[in-house]
Amino acid sequence: MLSLHDVSVAYDAVPAVVDATLTLADGDVLAVLGPSGSGKSTLLRAVAGLEPTTAGRICWDGADLAGVPTHKRGFALMFQDGQLFAHLTVAGNVGYALRLRRTPKARERVRELLALVGLEGYGDRLPGTLSGGERQRVALARSLAVSPRLLLLDEPLSALDAGLRERLAADLRDILRAAGTTALMVTHDHDEAFAVADLLAVMRSGRIVQQGDIAEVWRAPVDAETALFLGYARVLDGAAAGTLLAAAGLAAAPAVAVRRSALAVAEGGPLGGVVVSGRATPEQIRLVVDVDGIGEVDAVARLGTHPAPGERVALAVDPSRLAATPAGRERSGG
Amino acid sequence: MSSGMKRALTLVALAAVPLAVLGVFFVLPVSGMIGEGFWVDGTFDPGAVLEVLGRPRVHRVIWFTVWSSVLGTTFAVLLGLPAAHLLYRREFLGRRVLRALLLVPFVLPTVVVGVAFRELIGESGPLGFLGLDGSAAAIIAGLVFFNVAVVIRAVGASWESLDPRPAEAAAALGAGPAHVFRTVTLPALRPAIVSAASVVFLFCATAFGVVLTLGGLRYSSLETEIYLLTTNLLDLQAAAALSIVQLLAITALLVVTGRLRAVPDPSLARSTARHRRPSRGDWPGLLAAGVVVVLVGTPLAALVVGSLRADDTWSIANYRALSGEGSHQALLVPVTDALVTSLRTAVDATWMSLSLGLLVAIVVTRRSRSRSERRVRGLLDGLFMLPLGVSAVTLGFGFLITLDQPPLDVRDSLLLVPIAQALVALPLVVRTLVPVLGGVDDRQRQAAASLGAGPVRAFMTVDLPAMWKPLLAAAGFAFAVSLGEFGATSFLARDDHPTMPIVIFRLIGHPGAMNYGMALAASVVLAATTAVVMLLVERLRVPSVGSF
Amino acid sequence: MRLAAPILAIVLAGSACSAVGEDSSPGDETASDRVVLVTHESFVLPKKLEKQFEEESGYDLVVRGSGDAGTLTNKLVLTKDDPLGDVAFGVDNTFASRALDEGVFAPYDAELPAGADAYELAGDDDHRLTPVDNASVCVNVDDTWFAEHDLAPPTTLDDLADPAYQDLFVLPGAATSSPGMAFLLTTVAAYGDAWPDYWTKLMANGAKLTAGWSDAYEVDFTQGGGQGDRPIVLSYDSSPAFTVADGKTSTSALLDTCFRQVEYAGVLDGAANPDGAEALVDFLLSPDVQAALPDSMYVFPVASDAPLPQDWAEFAQQPTKPYAVDPASISEHRDDWLREWSDVTSR
Repeated sequence: MLSLHDVSVAYDAVPAVVDATLTLADGDVLAVLGPSGSGKSTLLRAVAGLEPTTAGRICWDGADLAGVPTHKRGFALMFQDGQLFAHLTVAGNVGYALRLRRTPKARERVRELLALVGLEGYGDRLPGTLSGGERQRVALARSLAVSPRLLLLDEPLSALDAGLRERLAADLRDILRAAGTTALMVTHDHDEAFAVADLLAVMRSGRIVQQGDIAEVWRAPVDAETALFLGYARVLDGAAAGTLLAAAGLAAAPAVAVRRSALAVAEGGPLGGVVVSGRATPEQIRLVVDVDGIGEVDAVARLGTHPAPGERVALAVDPSRLAATPAGRERSGG
Repeated sequence: MSSGMKRALTLVALAAVPLAVLGVFFVLPVSGMIGEGFWVDGTFDPGAVLEVLGRPRVHRVIWFTVWSSVLGTTFAVLLGLPAAHLLYRREFLGRRVLRALLLVPFVLPTVVVGVAFRELIGESGPLGFLGLDGSAAAIIAGLVFFNVAVVIRAVGASWESLDPRPAEAAAALGAGPAHVFRTVTLPALRPAIVSAASVVFLFCATAFGVVLTLGGLRYSSLETEIYLLTTNLLDLQAAAALSIVQLLAITALLVVTGRLRAVPDPSLARSTARHRRPSRGDWPGLLAAGVVVVLVGTPLAALVVGSLRADDTWSIANYRALSGEGSHQALLVPVTDALVTSLRTAVDATWMSLSLGLLVAIVVTRRSRSRSERRVRGLLDGLFMLPLGVSAVTLGFGFLITLDQPPLDVRDSLLLVPIAQALVALPLVVRTLVPVLGGVDDRQRQAAASLGAGPVRAFMTVDLPAMWKPLLAAAGFAFAVSLGEFGATSFLARDDHPTMPIVIFRLIGHPGAMNYGMALAASVVLAATTAVVMLLVERLRVPSVGSF
Repeated sequence: MRLAAPILAIVLAGSACSAVGEDSSPGDETASDRVVLVTHESFVLPKKLEKQFEEESGYDLVVRGSGDAGTLTNKLVLTKDDPLGDVAFGVDNTFASRALDEGVFAPYDAELPAGADAYELAGDDDHRLTPVDNASVCVNVDDTWFAEHDLAPPTTLDDLADPAYQDLFVLPGAATSSPGMAFLLTTVAAYGDAWPDYWTKLMANGAKLTAGWSDAYEVDFTQGGGQGDRPIVLSYDSSPAFTVADGKTSTSALLDTCFRQVEYAGVLDGAANPDGAEALVDFLLSPDVQAALPDSMYVFPVASDAPLPQDWAEFAQQPTKPYAVDPASISEHRDDWLREWSDVTSR
């Protein structure tokens, strides 16, 4: 079990991570989500032993890791761009840690690992000849080779294109589950986090602002900024929040985070407004509607309907796509 | 212990050996000599030293040193860059031989090269009509002759493995070749170019034989002036003043080049692409390589021709004589023995400078955690460049007056020569390794560490494959420096173990046609030996890293 | 570990060639068993003679030679508190007074061979320096060239400034070469305070300066190895003995243009083995060494009865009245003279 107690890291006296406290039980996959510059990569590197902490403790099973160098921590680190050793073959890369430990039957194990990541028969290729996705799979196999007690993933999928990323995210989740690996992943992409992790910690300006079960965090963002970062389209407050919460049948709150699909065009819906703009996507039509008593918000309509700008529509509210948050001013994001 | 302190300790531990060597064999002797100038009869008297700096002659000397070195460096870089491109980015028959040959001037004793040059450009030589003899132009040509190999080798080593894709990307964006070179290639090579240029500048600024021989005594540089003041006039105040000027100048140079060398992201992607054959578009490289070959080749050819002349006919009598001791026993040992001494000394100097240089390069290129750490590393980087810029005479005399007390009574030791040579070669080694080591993505090391590799193993996995070629290049440099080093060696070599340059110097300094012919023949042998060693070094390729 | 093999190979090859570990400096030998001779780079004695000394005296002879006479002198001065050896050879009469003033040498009144007293250093009254050899720096001419060009060769210093000999003279500079310095002293002795005027005329007449003797003789002199095109060169009185072909020499030294350089040996003050040092000084004056000097070091012996090699006896004439400058005066004015010389010649 990994536990961080009030960990701080600073570069040249500029704090990068402040008082981070976390626990990660064996077998769990935790995603640390944050915008770039939030200190999430620094946190990961501190866990790996690559950055010295200025305060706090990083423990494994209760034992303080201070003074334990990276190569003795038994944590494998997988980089955004794989960082394969260019002069070693795929098999050479994957079997690297096995050779270090003089593991018997290393060759067989390498074959298994390559099969696990879907790269059977790639053993003799050089990294330079692989595609980006293949390289990440090799990097993953290399990291998993010696069954690390903790796998650290630094934006493992963000260098890949969207379609590949989605597929590989699902694969990654399956592979981690199958291997029973405890993993800590940092990412700035909430979809990636949702696809891979069970637990979520949100970081901003060096601090962990919220953590917990991924669905929990998603359901109740701690503040407006977190909500926006988690993929909520807007955060409303004041009278607008009150109107919307009332329409959804929820208790009053100072502010409310709204997903893009929380409002839908529906005959007889409790809210009414004027369409400002509309755009068709393969699944639905996305609208911006100026709702009475609320102002401009996003809404969706079924394909086949054609609400034109200026047209008046009625809107229904899906309470599961709203999240009441503490005070926050209205901001748009996405 | 905090991990910050641990890092600091590691830094100190790694730097300790090179620092100790530098301290004992450089800082101590040089400060000893400078101290002789400041302390007159036991009392501290800096006035005399400062007074020297006001002399008009000193101003002339400084000014000449600066402009001749700037010009020498500029031309060496202008010729060396395109030649490096041709020799390290293009595949053609005989390029390895050419590479090895171009390093030859580097080891030739200036006495002999001076003679070879002057036979060409002297009043009676085939190029006499140019009127170059005794001109500043001849000095500059000599400086370029000796140093262009430094640029070619140092920049070539970095260029050879440069990823061609950014350049291709720029070309695809519509940039012409010149534009691609200026905006993509040049910035990537800048650290290597600046490194090479700074080393060449120091070599030029401390050139001794070239200035005297080719300049016909009309020009004095800091180096020749210090020599005159120390060995002839025993004016130690003036010598100390000029030594301080040298030290200040190097420091200034290091600050400037440190700035120029710094790049926002030193990571260099190494390429896997094969090099293609030269084509018409490579004309700048072909042209420059042609000029370099003529510049380097002509004096060498003159040397070879001279060595094959005896009694006005063609003969190999001069070579036969090398196993003897010269006409009328001009030598204590046969030239062949001297060659063996030279090679052995060079082996020692090479391993010493490589191990020290490697340590320094590692210390200097590790990512710094804080600004002060970065500053310390930068300081270390510069410190090891100093031996290049300080007069060999100052160092040689300094050895004699400071290293005479136990436990440092090493004035007699045979090791003094290789150590002194290693110090001269050290900056070259460091400057060759640092750009490459600095270009290694630190995350590669971290990836290795996270897979369980300790620091040594991570070094072997990540750094060594990247460094293998530059390390060979550096070994070649160090070997060549040692084979050709004359200034410090002539002070320290024991009579019963002279090196080749010393024997050649002795031969050419004695009358008799046979001695002259033997001096030329011995130079050719030295040159050939160098070329062969360079070729062998280039052949040492490691299978597992041979693919990039 | 595919890297291991080549690395190992290099290390092995390296250690096989290395000189480390076979440092032959005799550590177990006490200072009184050996004599350390500090000298310049031109010192050469036949191995046979070195052995002979070791056998006769019972000391091991260690020779430390580097640099020229000036470097040697300054080394001795700088290390006088902890001398580099027991005995020094090679300080000449242009540097002698500096060494004496600084107290480098200890007195030793060696028994001089016949004729050697003529070479004793003026002013060295307590016999600290012992003359061993001498050589005169003289202007040399290529007789063949002058015969071919139907021109009478010059004979005096004044001739060298004569337009008839324009662009024919090459000489090493005084600041960078010991014979060059000797020629400057020649002109000082010949013209007194007016010597700069002579140099002005000399330079105006196209005299060419080089860095060292080998540049002048081997590159620019018509009889040198490089076959240059200047038939007048500054060299030594012994040089004609080295241009002999078919029983004739093609060059001759102008004996009215000479400055005599005498090389001395002396026991170093504070020597670890003064007895050995004295024995070596005596040995350098012995008939065997005196006879070997011409062939080994291109210099004349100080012993008048030492036999000369045949070519020397026949073709190398010594000047009878060389120019001379008082050593103390050289020591005092060297700096000023060189500075003025540099100004005159680079004008």
